[in-house]
Amino acid sequence: MTPRAFLATARRVLAQLMHDPRTVALMIVVPSVLMVLLRYVFDSTTVFNHLAPALLGFFPFLMMFLITSITMLRERTSGTLERLLTTPMAKIDLLAGYAIAFSVFAIVQVVVATLVSLWLGLSIAGNIGWLLVVAGLNAILGVALGLLASAFAHTEFQALQFMPVVVLPQLLLCGLFHPRDQMATVLRWLSDVMPLSYAVDALQRVTNSASLDGGYWRDTVVVLCCAIVGLCLAAATLRRRTR
Amino acid sequence: MSHDGNASVSRAENDETRSGSDEAAVAVAVAHLRVVRGDNDVLRDLTFDIAPGGVTGVLGPSGSGKTTLLRCILGIQIVTAGAVTVLGHPAGSRPLRSRVGYASQAASVYDDLSVVENLRYFAAALGAPASDVERVVTEVDLGSCAHRLAGRLSGGQRSRVSLAAAMLGTPQLLVLDEPTVGLDPVLREDLWALFHRLADRGTTLLVSSHVMDEAERCDSLLLLREGQVLAHESPAALKQGTGETSMDAAFLHLVRAA
Repeated sequence: MTPRAFLATARRVLAQLMHDPRTVALMIVVPSVLMVLLRYVFDSTTVFNHLAPALLGFFPFLMMFLITSITMLRERTSGTLERLLTTPMAKIDLLAGYAIAFSVFAIVQVVVATLVSLWLGLSIAGNIGWLLVVAGLNAILGVALGLLASAFAHTEFQALQFMPVVVLPQLLLCGLFHPRDQMATVLRWLSDVMPLSYAVDALQRVTNSASLDGGYWRDTVVVLCCAIVGLCLAAATLRRRTR
Repeated sequence: MSHDGNASVSRAENDETRSGSDEAAVAVAVAHLRVVRGDNDVLRDLTFDIAPGGVTGVLGPSGSGKTTLLRCILGIQIVTAGAVTVLGHPAGSRPLRSRVGYASQAASVYDDLSVVENLRYFAAALGAPASDVERVVTEVDLGSCAHRLAGRLSGGQRSRVSLAAAMLGTPQLLVLDEPTVGLDPVLREDLWALFHRLADRGTTLLVSSHVMDEAERCDSLLLLREGQVLAHESPAALKQGTGETSMDAAFLHLVRAA
């Protein structure tokens, strides 16, 4: 890994985003607007307090999955990926550059959404910093799975179809809609192997208790490991030689 | 192969910084190269050497295997059989990645970045000095639109961004896939002058084209047809050998004789 190539990739990805102010605005404003909706649809701070922390983790995961799978697919179809693979740059410099750039962006997104949620009455018992850590890891996880999914898509339509395949089952089974320990055994197993379940669990721990327990760290490490495994699998899909 | 004084000096300096074995007697050596894609024999048992320096034109009609051959030389094509050695190393191997420049047929640039942003990024990827960006922008004459988004440029300007990226880090071998396609005559003239300037500084250039009138501008020609080498000689020798006066006629002569 070379710091120059890795940092240059992160800077380049951020520069591309900055040339697209409408996407930036949508990504920052939409989660906050949805939080406002959530607060007033149920019109109950109890429900809001239950749902909001999990969603603060879910938004960066979803957004980064979508934006990464499309961006990477573009990189493949425009020939820039092939061009980069003929340079001395290591594959991990490219992937890590993407992961860092998008997580920096995701942190901004989550900070704004968290501030809006606090204003709407969300009470977080623990330190907000630990909530941001999980949100940042979720963004990296979204980037990793998005990079991986883009390897199996040949068109942007196909890339979009991976969203319901990869993201929605995790949302349904993460414990947000129904407690995980009350699920049917098979669903519980599925839930156990999905990284988002651990992220949501960690977020709920930060919200409900002022002191961090071992559970938070276990959950965080699981999410981190899934993100790293995802990035490595994505690196394996980048082939220097093709047909 | 001829050099002016400066070029010889800079080559001598390069030689000192490189290990002796790296200075190969041939720039590109292709031996019994075969590429089969599906049930299509794209390249059929190609064997040839390309001497260092000068501009070698890879010419042939569409579908003759030009791009596939160039991709083999870059080491990004899965080959069925045979060996490709570039500057003394197996094609695509690590030591070559900063010494071989490549501009693909479709300009591979980021449309949502400016010309300079694109080149800065490729310079970082190649490990080329950042000061190189300014040099290549001047060489391909993009100074007037250096800060415009690549996606807003004309087709010819976009492909010159890709060409500029290939020139970053002063590679010893430049592989250019149809760099002059769709350009107006003035711009084509400028680019060919640039290619010869680079060759005079000791760079080996491989330039593909399907337009036969570009053959005249090359020092050496590699004529491809249906995945086979039809001829590998200088334009003058080709015309003399076939007794034709135009390159088009010389090519047709060879096709009929084959």
